Amino acid sequence: MSPGLVGIAIIDILLFTFLVVTAIAILRLRNLFGVVMLAGVFSLLSAALFVTLDAVDVAFTEAAVGAGISTVLMLGTIALTFREEKKPSHSALLPILVCAVAGAALIYGTRDMPAFGAPDTPVQTHVAPDYIARTPVETGVPNIVTAVLASYRGYDTLGETAVIFTAAIAVLLLLGASGKRRESKDSEGKE
Amino acid sequence: MEHHSILRVISKLLIPPIILYALYVQWHGDYGPGGGFQAGVVFAVAFILYSLVYGVDALTKIVPPRLLHAFAGIGVLIYAGTGIVTMLLGDAFLGYNALAHDPVHAQEWGIIIVEFGVGVTVASVMMTIFIAFASHNPPLKDQDW
Repeated sequence: MSPGLVGIAIIDILLFTFLVVTAIAILRLRNLFGVVMLAGVFSLLSAALFVTLDAVDVAFTEAAVGAGISTVLMLGTIALTFREEKKPSHSALLPILVCAVAGAALIYGTRDMPAFGAPDTPVQTHVAPDYIARTPVETGVPNIVTAVLASYRGYDTLGETAVIFTAAIAVLLLLGASGKRRESKDSEGKE
Repeated sequence: MEHHSILRVISKLLIPPIILYALYVQWHGDYGPGGGFQAGVVFAVAFILYSLVYGVDALTKIVPPRLLHAFAGIGVLIYAGTGIVTMLLGDAFLGYNALAHDPVHAQEWGIIIVEFGVGVTVASVMMTIFIAFASHNPPLKDQDW
């Protein structure tokens, strides 16, 4: 292995260790404020992992949405509900069993996956070279990710935008457009 | 939060660069990482930071929720409308090649327009959701956390 790859491997191992530690801490904590903060840390560590995979667009989204906005919205939610997680009333044996079986199945599934960075996988031999060859000629956009998202896969991105719009409608339907405090004061005249 | 002068000063220093960075990510998405989605989130974060420090009522004075609701829809309409326009110009739905004489230019125009639509929707939706959550809560006192 080249020195660069060894360095990336060390960073990966460190980041994954921190990820596991954060996940265990989230499981153990009952204070939901701490859980939300650690979930933000988890997202930021995932973003760093995406950077080591050269997926900067994904890392950017993960850092902005996962570590940024979600944390704020979660804090808003626990301010609306409870600050402490209730003690579970039943034993954790069945959930642990389900997690263990599902996890084992997933690990078994990775045995069929190509090796990390293998150059002869279908993605690397068929789809990726096609986009890399076509994007500069057809769109002239240097960031291929943007070209794929907005042009070649424009339908999907339109769908995602519609999903985000739907999320706003769902939240407004559940919580009300103007909020309880405002309703009692001045909304009758305006709305 | 009347007495948190450090938070107030720092947030006022941070908000303009955050908005500038959002605009950079929006319009530079063709060249660097990012695009409408990330730019919309970063743009909304500037306003959410303002709201966290100065309160939700201060935010709704600057951006009325009704305006945000309208812009959430307008963003989707910009995106879908681009598709309708390309259909009227004789190409497929969201086939940008018809937007200009040169297909490469047309692709770039199409990408910039739909990314702008995504940015508008994402920014408005993030602020809408935050306001919906935050305006339900009575303002928290510091010792509540």
